[in-house]
Amino acid sequence: MNETLIRVEGIAKKFTGRDGTDTTVFENLHFGIQPGEFVCLIGHSGCGKTTILNILSGLEQASAGYVFVGGREVNGPSLDRAVIFQSHALMPWLTVMGNIAFAVSSRWPEWSADKVAAHAQKYIDLVNLTGSEKKRPAELSGGMKQRVGIARALSIQPKMLLMDEPFSALDALTRGVLQEEVLRICAETRQTVFMITHDVDEAILLADKIILMTNGPHAKIAEIVVNTMPRSRTRHDLHKHPHYYRIRNHLIDFLVDRSKLFAAVSAEFDPRHPPLVSPGLDESDGADAGARSQTGGTPPLAAVR
Amino acid sequence: MKSLLNWKAPALSLAMFLLLIGIWHALTLPKAAPPPADTEYAALIGAAAAAGQKSAFPSPADVGAKIWQHLQEPFYDRGPNDKGIGIQLAYSIARVLAGYLLAALVAVPVGFLIGMSPTVYRALDPYIQVLKPISPLAWMPLALFTLKDSSVSAIFVIFICSLWPMLINTAFGVASVRREWLNVARTLEVGPMRTAFRVILPAAAPTIMTGMRISIGIAWLVIVAAEMLVGGTGIGYFVWNEWNNLSITNILTAILAIGLVGMLLDLMLAKLTRLVTFPE
Ligand SMILES: Nc1ncnc2c1ncn2[C@@H]1O[C@H](COP(=O)(O)OP(=O)(O)OP(=O)(O)O)[C@@H](O)[C@H]1O
Ligand SMILES: [Mg+2]
Repeated sequence: MNETLIRVEGIAKKFTGRDGTDTTVFENLHFGIQPGEFVCLIGHSGCGKTTILNILSGLEQASAGYVFVGGREVNGPSLDRAVIFQSHALMPWLTVMGNIAFAVSSRWPEWSADKVAAHAQKYIDLVNLTGSEKKRPAELSGGMKQRVGIARALSIQPKMLLMDEPFSALDALTRGVLQEEVLRICAETRQTVFMITHDVDEAILLADKIILMTNGPHAKIAEIVVNTMPRSRTRHDLHKHPHYYRIRNHLIDFLVDRSKLFAAVSAEFDPRHPPLVSPGLDESDGADAGARSQTGGTPPLAAVR
Repeated sequence: MKSLLNWKAPALSLAMFLLLIGIWHALTLPKAAPPPADTEYAALIGAAAAAGQKSAFPSPADVGAKIWQHLQEPFYDRGPNDKGIGIQLAYSIARVLAGYLLAALVAVPVGFLIGMSPTVYRALDPYIQVLKPISPLAWMPLALFTLKDSSVSAIFVIFICSLWPMLINTAFGVASVRREWLNVARTLEVGPMRTAFRVILPAAAPTIMTGMRISIGIAWLVIVAAEMLVGGTGIGYFVWNEWNNLSITNILTAILAIGLVGMLLDLMLAKLTRLVTFPE
């Protein structure tokens, strides 16, 4: 447990409506992220995914519970945790270079302009935007804007990357290309990532662990799915692996049926240790009996890597 | 097709101009007078007067000649009541710029603070709401009484009238900076000063510039009235002086000049606004 980078302990979020009544969006969430791990969060719209990400980033405060990063409690945004926003959030008055240089010079204020530009250039090249340095966001396509957002987040060399549905606004083709790029970059930099997604295939392609959330209000973490496929997977050979359909069926089955019924079904459910399941290893292939539960304990990740 | 479209509007403008001049010309033609009944009387009062009374309102040709005359010598100075129209315009522009820049110096920082802090906004809001609708000219007697100088009072009036649009637009622009950009700054741990200058200021710049554009328009409207009141110099005083001289041609020339200068000021601010506006 010592090496856990992020530890989330019992966070909850309440919003007070206009009429003074409280709505609890989610409560009693517990999970952890190890260094170098890629974790995806899947859940239906409105279950509080963005809110969780904002709490992890420090932009919002939890109503209850704690988030620890490297053993220290989060009490505000930090350069350790870079955020890639769903709507890219580039500053339209700055060029591509300007946007990234702004982040770099915020991270290292003592650097000279040349050093900042050279460092920014490295990350522009990394996301394949070489040649577009002088363009402003309005002159970029949606995919290029998102690349700038990724480069900006990576350029500050954060301990952790937080992404809120980074590719949901893109067409399928661009999304695929960017997913592969993120896969490549994360493999190169061994970046720790927490990502929200709606897309089951995206989660299977990118994630080591997939956190499944039930529907809100009072959303919970229903289970954590371990991706047992080898990390060298690509978009093209993904579906050829025997684990792929088992994991996929398990996720879709959850999203379609079990996310709603969950509250009724779970009697002995312990929110502190959401069940860790590996549907990919399940030989029986049955979707409902599929989850081979390993309550608590350490994930079988070492075997997979 | 495009070049044809580009030509249509200016051609139509020119046609309208010619039509207006034509109507003006027709309306100011010398009235056809009845033949003089008494030749002796005609000889006495002069042929021109007897031939028919020329209209009191000047014809386009008269005004054109006057404009030409002013253009020949815009900056002459023959004593307090006889200065070239260029000098008078320069006085007015100088006053407007002085009052306007002073107002910008106050309005932009104060508006920034108001926009950043809801508390300051609520504290200052009643003052702004009461002061804003006061006609700037209503301040004139107070300004003359306290400042004891007519020229400074005119500048003060310009200051007051330019202040509100800039203040309100700056506050609004700063308050409505997109949450995401502020969140980007927060996740990058950018300090408050750097956030103010590198994020909020550029994000609010188009709104601030819009306020400045409204202000320069109002300032130019008000300066003419203010100078009519305080007298001495300036294009407003020129108009009033020419009214006393009953020189309608000079008044028309001045009106045209006021319009042109106002348009130029507006164009300049529009250009500056475009420089700081970036589409997303
Ligand atoms: N500022 C707020 N005030 C009140 N309620 C809020 C506020 N922000 C979010 N909520 C509520 O919290 C719930 C979770 O919102 P959140 O944006 O985290 O959902 P999400 O899971 O990210 O949804 P999506 O997948 O559509 O992005 C929603 O039901 C929303 O109505
Ligand atoms: Mg969301």
